[in-house]
Amino acid sequence: MKEQNSHTNAKRYGMVIDLDKCTGCGACMVACYSENNVPFKTDETNKLDSINWIRVYKLTNNKPYPDTEICYLPMPCMQCDGIGKHGHSPCVSVCPAVATDYDYDTGIVSQIYTRCFGCRYCMAACPYHARKFNWWDPKWPADTEKYLSPNVSPRMRGVVEKCSFCFHRYQLAREKAYLEKRQKLEEQEYQTACTQACPVGAITFGDLNNKDHAVYKLKNDPRAFRLLERLQTNPKVYYLTSKNWVRRAGDNYLAHEEPGNITKVKEHH
Amino acid sequence: MSSTDKNQTVSSEAAPEAKDSPASKSSGWAVFMFFMIGFVGSLLAGWILFPDLLYSKKEQPIDFNHAVHLSVVYDGCNSCHYFREDGTFAGMPDLNSCVDCHMDVMTGDPEEVKFVEEYVQPGIEVPWLNHSKQPDCVFFSHAAHVIGADMSCESCHGNIGTSEHTRTYEENRLTGYSRDIWGHSISRLGSPEPGEPRPMKMNDCAKCHLEETGHKGACFQCHK
Repeated sequence: MKEQNSHTNAKRYGMVIDLDKCTGCGACMVACYSENNVPFKTDETNKLDSINWIRVYKLTNNKPYPDTEICYLPMPCMQCDGIGKHGHSPCVSVCPAVATDYDYDTGIVSQIYTRCFGCRYCMAACPYHARKFNWWDPKWPADTEKYLSPNVSPRMRGVVEKCSFCFHRYQLAREKAYLEKRQKLEEQEYQTACTQACPVGAITFGDLNNKDHAVYKLKNDPRAFRLLERLQTNPKVYYLTSKNWVRRAGDNYLAHEEPGNITKVKEHH
Repeated sequence: MSSTDKNQTVSSEAAPEAKDSPASKSSGWAVFMFFMIGFVGSLLAGWILFPDLLYSKKEQPIDFNHAVHLSVVYDGCNSCHYFREDGTFAGMPDLNSCVDCHMDVMTGDPEEVKFVEEYVQPGIEVPWLNHSKQPDCVFFSHAAHVIGADMSCESCHGNIGTSEHTRTYEENRLTGYSRDIWGHSISRLGSPEPGEPRPMKMNDCAKCHLEETGHKGACFQCHK
């Protein structure tokens, strides 16, 4: 039913994040907050309560000085394609309200706040903690409310929200393309806020199906890996690292297993 | 059943000749008629009075004459309701667009005098009431419909271009949305006459998308 949903060449928008470049500055998080009207509290020390569509995690190799190494890992929604890339994302398949769906034209997983009733099944199903719950109505300090983006609807108490790969930017780019009677979007016309905010250019964004886009090549880089790949969620966010310990941190490996050399698990249907 | 039997027994004991009398038959009809009058009455109240109660009526700040304007502009609807260069749709024109012509009173029409005196001279935007205003969570692309799908303005907004007076704006007291969104038929049966504005609920979008494109589309196609 859902798969008839494609009358144009299907795109698979994805992201490649170079962990060798990321300095953990958090500019991507700030850009995301302001771009997507993400609510925040005066006190954000309890990170379990914090709502963020992209979160920078700090990884360490747990070795004493002088061998200590640190790696920062920004995590947006992985926009999973699911097993067999049929859009069977963990969150989409559990939502009882159809408040989240997989767009076969772009590969982006939606979240419709007015449809969501806050059961949080999707949060339980998501292996990446990409989804956040609004325990409170957002409180905007002073006149911040006037500066909210009109392109993203603000959320209310009791609903789940998550990264949308700045889908409104895709919509706006498409409006311009319609006006100019074009079918195709240029790579630079649709970029997420975090991609553009990254001062070191660690984030690359584009159509994973399009040979002309930078991500097409980068995803096949020998340094590339995805998080929890053995779950076969087929994330569209790839990471690049030259450090083996970082790669090991991306999945649950047994002592004798080496990343990139793991036995394939059984295919499901 | 047994209680009815008992009642009948009691009544037959009291007045044996009253059984099957014309009087008891007519009281059955009276009850039925009483019920039907109440039933039809509540239906009529629901269909006729309820919409009046549900919707508050407001008039536009200026009685705008679309027909007159359309006869003097060069580019049809697009002259005032235009696309910006970035592909977004300007919607209701702002005061600046009006001031291009209406620096001063041109025709002496009382509505125009009111417009110039109350809005143009002090520089206040006209608080037009938007019949097609959608909720915050809705993304609607005029470019996709007007340019991409080559649809006319009238196909959704009706023959507003030929109207000489503004319509009364009806606002749903519960939701705050215009009656145009639900559609003017309270029952939502049938489709509006050609030239009438189309209802703009999500189901109406989905219905048309299903007919025209073969699928209702993904959520993010119309939501933000």
